[in-house]
Amino acid sequence: MQIVVNGERRQVPEGTTVAALLTALSIEPRRVAVELNERVVPKARHAETTLGEADRLEIVTFVGGG
Amino acid sequence: MSIDRPFTIAGVTFGSRLIVGTGKYPSLEVMQACHEASGAELVTVAVRRLDLSAPKERSLLAFIDPRRLRLLPNTAGCYTADDAVRTCHLAAELGLSTWVKLEVLGDEKTLFPDVEATVSAARRLVKEGFTVLPYTSDDVITARKLEDAGCAVVMPLAAPIGSGLGIRNPHALRLILETVKVPVIVDAGVGTASDAAIAMELGCDGLLLNTAIAGAKEPVRMARAMKLAVEAGRDAYLAGRIPMKAYGSASSPLTGLVHGA
Repeated sequence: MQIVVNGERRQVPEGTTVAALLTALSIEPRRVAVELNERVVPKARHAETTLGEADRLEIVTFVGGG
Repeated sequence: MSIDRPFTIAGVTFGSRLIVGTGKYPSLEVMQACHEASGAELVTVAVRRLDLSAPKERSLLAFIDPRRLRLLPNTAGCYTADDAVRTCHLAAELGLSTWVKLEVLGDEKTLFPDVEATVSAARRLVKEGFTVLPYTSDDVITARKLEDAGCAVVMPLAAPIGSGLGIRNPHALRLILETVKVPVIVDAGVGTASDAAIAMELGCDGLLLNTAIAGAKEPVRMARAMKLAVEAGRDAYLAGRIPMKAYGSASSPLTGLVHGA
């Protein structure tokens, strides 16, 4: 199925969870915050949150700013 | 000598009245050295998409010691209250803290705040339990609305973000200082150490800056200059300056001169 991660379309297997997606992308969960369709998915729920067709994810981190 | 009251935001006391940013430094190593030289205990950070092509890139947080520095995530780059609130939710999930520097911009050229959207976002965030430190214009009415909304401080600009134009309207800042009870932190516009000193001499409680240090030829030296200027300005404010006079007033005795009568 197709999802959108940080504005880019990606193909992922059916039933992919947020935790599985982060692992597939080599992302350390404690370094990021994840938003699914404009709602934050708390870290404790990454493993139980399953993605669906056309879901929009944002994976963000802290960067330098003023 | 009287002892200064502590610089306290929402019940947390800081040893320095200077708050610095983490953006635009030549390197993360220079940033870290600047933080050290500035004496700051609170640093701003931004929330952005992770670069998915380089997920293992060095993390900003590896250069910020959480035992010495508290993080203040900002909503820089947000132009609507909705986007700012959304960014705050992500920041809270990332930083495990509910402190936010609220910034809702109104215009890309001036980077002046959209004060209407800022007040609206502040009300929502306070209701949700956030500790809100809002960047705002130097308008006293808006400052009062932000205080009434429950913001922990108000942070009026001295000049546009990154402009280095200095304290353009000290009178407006004075009105805010007279009016609100929460700490007043000048946020944006400072270019050099004398600007920082002027802000503190006015009686501002703190100062937030980024570009003035990060963009200096020698950022670490400027960080130290800002630390000293904030301390000097605060001391001068507490000490109480002499009134300005139109004419000279001798500092040495007028009697006992050798060529006198």
